[in-house]
Amino acid sequence: MGKILVFVEFNHGQLKRSSLELLSAAQSSGQTVVAAAVGSLAEGISKEASQYGATDIYVIKETTFDKYNPELFTLGLTEIIKKSEASLVLATASALGKDLFPRVAARLDAGILSDCIELKISGDNVTAKRPIYSGKCFSKVTFENCPIKIVLMRPNQLPISVPNASATTNVIAHSVNAPSLRTLIKEVVKGTSEKLDLTEANIIVSGGRGMKEAGNFKFLEQLADVLGATVGASRAVVDAGWVTHDLQVGQTGKTVAPSLYIAVGISGAIQHLAGMSGSKVIVAINTDANAPIFQKATYGIVGDFADVLPKLTEEFKRAMA
Amino acid sequence: MKFFVCIKQVPDTETKIKVGADQQIDPAGVKWVMNPYDEYAIEEAIKQREKNPGSQVWVVTVGPKARTAEALRTALAMGADEGILIDAPANLEPQITAKALSLVIQQEGGAKVVFTGRLAIDDNASSVSQMLAEFSNFPHTTVVSKFSMDSENVTVEREAEGGQCEVVQMATPAVVAANKGLNMPRYASLPGIMKAKKKVLKEVSIDSLGFSLVAKTKTLALELPAEKPPVKLMSGEISAQVSSLVQLLRDEAKVL
Repeated sequence: MGKILVFVEFNHGQLKRSSLELLSAAQSSGQTVVAAAVGSLAEGISKEASQYGATDIYVIKETTFDKYNPELFTLGLTEIIKKSEASLVLATASALGKDLFPRVAARLDAGILSDCIELKISGDNVTAKRPIYSGKCFSKVTFENCPIKIVLMRPNQLPISVPNASATTNVIAHSVNAPSLRTLIKEVVKGTSEKLDLTEANIIVSGGRGMKEAGNFKFLEQLADVLGATVGASRAVVDAGWVTHDLQVGQTGKTVAPSLYIAVGISGAIQHLAGMSGSKVIVAINTDANAPIFQKATYGIVGDFADVLPKLTEEFKRAMA
Repeated sequence: MKFFVCIKQVPDTETKIKVGADQQIDPAGVKWVMNPYDEYAIEEAIKQREKNPGSQVWVVTVGPKARTAEALRTALAMGADEGILIDAPANLEPQITAKALSLVIQQEGGAKVVFTGRLAIDDNASSVSQMLAEFSNFPHTTVVSKFSMDSENVTVEREAEGGQCEVVQMATPAVVAANKGLNMPRYASLPGIMKAKKKVLKEVSIDSLGFSLVAKTKTLALELPAEKPPVKLMSGEISAQVSSLVQLLRDEAKVL
């Protein structure tokens, strides 16, 4: 039986939902599960990691690991992976994961599958499913010729198991002897929003040109507040300068996979669909009944945002009460 | 001083993807274009050449010779100086592509900066830039939307989650993977297109690079998305539509 190392990410002292998904998947494979976390607060999540099956947790507590530095993190993670003797590494296909692990794979001569949406672990046999060609096709893939396998999973794809409150874990502190680095993180400018990033959000309320003007995005924000959702946008309104690029969903923006995607005033250009067709349930609200978005939608309302959104927000408020 | 740009030829986003009997993408009817993010990479390299007289922009790609040369000619028409085609089978895994790129860049005397797109829209791996940096022993930054350079360093802005922005300084040579927002890619000019047509491309066979092409991953099957049932449109007064929608989301879709 192999050993699975889960690289976990955390926020405000709690494991991210996507990391719980990975721990749960690792645990249900029946193999030994260990976790790895980095940063000065990393040890604080060891109890939570243990409740989801991690028997050991490797932590790098150096403050230099509080900010993501690709060079330093590659060094730290390759050392931990080697030390743990894990044959499978799971991480989230987050901004950090997608940047870091391809380099780690290259250094370790490991196989890597990024941006996966399904994962099956059966002994040494690991298969995954990945969207390719902008989500127009799925590829079922497996590993060969590699002792170390790395899988990067998109958030919101795997079930979370019931935590075991009495579990304990063994914390293994690892320190990194960093050589002189050629990469320097000069500044990290926080985003303005306290909401979950689009790529992690479970509900997204997205607006397009049909919102008519930038000021009308407040209707989307009100709806998003009621649902605990994150606001997104189409390329057209980003290019028009109504909202910033970090809100763009679709090709040249973000690829998202929430449980619920509400598209308001978005016609559904193929570039937009490429970024959100992995959503479980899609609601389209558009004045044009022939808009392509209705062909992807689960539910639809033909109507104007100004008539629909205030009523919808009220209705959700009642339903969520 | 050389700026290298690594590009990839991919099916146009509008292309309808069909799976052939051999479990490969059916090439019939596929319109090939340069990967959209690579255009930002080329534009940035050309801008840096303009600021650094005497420097050159070299574009390199990995893929089947018969079709891939066209992508290089597009880059040359935009204003790149030289094109290198690494003739190789289609759909290589990122490690192999990255290894080939790093070897060819090294053979050509190395680079000040290697620019790439942050993601290829066909295999969706966003891996080659980082692997190429690793094999070349260069630092890297991906998802870059701002770039500046002095004699020893480049300073870039990287977009992370939640609108967070990381300002990163790297000692050159370095790998920079371009995101939308970095610049506005120029269109090819007519003289540029004429010149690009006549340009002799440098060709390298991947087998001549002397490394083993053993893949670490294997595609078992390609699947198209399942047929989706038609949309359920709400009907009646807006209030009634809104209330049925919320009820369906709660009781049928169970997403609330």
